[in-house]
Amino acid sequence: MKADFNHLQAAHCENGVTTNLLRHAGVNQITEPLAFGIGSGLFYIYIPFLKINNGPAIAFRSMPGQIFKRTCNELNIPVVRKKFSSPEKAKQFLEEQIKANQPVGCQVGVYYLTYFPKEYRFHFNAHNIIVYGKENDNYLVSDPVMETVTSLSSYELERVRFAKGALAPRGQIYYPKEKANVTEDQIRIAIKNGIKKNAFYMLKIPSSIAGVKGIKYTADKIKTWKDKLGLHKAGLYLAQLVRMQEEIGTGGGGFRFIYGAFLQEAHAYHKNDALLEISKQFTQSGDLWRTAAVHAAGIYKGRLTAQQDFNLMADYLYKISDIEKEAFTALSKIKLP
Amino acid sequence: MKKTEVPQDPSSLKNFTKEVCYAVDEKGNYSANLSTGWEIKATALGITWDDINKRAADAKEKALKGEVSPLLYFIEIKVMDYTTLAAYTGFWQWQIKRHLKPSVFNSLSEKQLQKYADVFDVTIDNLKKLNLNES
Repeated sequence: MKADFNHLQAAHCENGVTTNLLRHAGVNQITEPLAFGIGSGLFYIYIPFLKINNGPAIAFRSMPGQIFKRTCNELNIPVVRKKFSSPEKAKQFLEEQIKANQPVGCQVGVYYLTYFPKEYRFHFNAHNIIVYGKENDNYLVSDPVMETVTSLSSYELERVRFAKGALAPRGQIYYPKEKANVTEDQIRIAIKNGIKKNAFYMLKIPSSIAGVKGIKYTADKIKTWKDKLGLHKAGLYLAQLVRMQEEIGTGGGGFRFIYGAFLQEAHAYHKNDALLEISKQFTQSGDLWRTAAVHAAGIYKGRLTAQQDFNLMADYLYKISDIEKEAFTALSKIKLP
Repeated sequence: MKKTEVPQDPSSLKNFTKEVCYAVDEKGNYSANLSTGWEIKATALGITWDDINKRAADAKEKALKGEVSPLLYFIEIKVMDYTTLAAYTGFWQWQIKRHLKPSVFNSLSEKQLQKYADVFDVTIDNLKKLNLNES
């Protein structure tokens, strides 16, 4: 049993699942950058009272699940989303969809994901994959961050679908409810809405820990890390920042490059050259995030040890915050038909 | 990032997959490119695991001295936090914290120990002896 399904690799799992499921539903125009941009995926938040793996909780993207939800919503595509309390029912529902030739998105935990390298397996429960078929006891899996399709036994799949802890997936399944015929005009409007919403999230959320203000807030904190945590732990904190920013899934530069790519694709629909100029600002921001990562590595490798090295790290983030503030302010004002 | 600068460093993704990075060509146009990894983040991941292994080794040493129960070793090496472990075992977090005391741990029933053993993928005997099932 196997849905006729086309696996396209993506930088990020949720972008990839959204893109591949929407293409299956007939939205041929959709690409990873478009899904990310229409879904207003770019974000920044540092949650100071939360610890993840003994380090700071930092995210460069919106909450898990939002990209698929917002993108389908903007394109007027109804969505089916189900959670289950019983693994048996979750399995039964999945099999029904496979029989109906419907590939489905599944939220899974990474810790027991057997086809990932061990070093990448933490208790992170908001990974996304597509299940599109079954052969004997093996489910056919399209994990968008992998180059090729893969498979999981029914035991392995159940284990990751019912991983526990923070953001437990509870067998969550989602997919576009019906085939869709999306017009160029619909895409155009969706792009515009996606941009305006993303500018709002980055500029206007009344919180000092989120958006461009969140980046400044992190910079302020980094300056205190050496004294407060000691050099070793401060280094581990910076390593965590770099991992969240660069690890598999971000497309590099904390998703800023994907957003730059999105604005270029948006230009094909809107013909406003300002989009291309603003795209360059995101490239600049992504590059600066990476320069900061190289500097941070100097600290966590033990080569840089002075307070002024932490201050310089903070300066990079202040600069980034300014660039992104300027870019999103321009996007919030841009006239798109 | 320029296309020519997409890093191709060794990383633990080797033999698993390459990852997608977005980068610009000489005209400034974006495209998706494959990368084998970046040394900067490979090191970030590396020192993170060094720290996890160090914490686990410390926990093992303490457990052998009888200062803490074997649970702490498995919590560290399996990168668990109390929320996650509570969700998997059905214990409350405060119960788990009590079970870190060797005296309390030693008084746990087989049934209670089995819950931990299941989560950590070991037998009760190996749980007590701090033996990891390397599979």
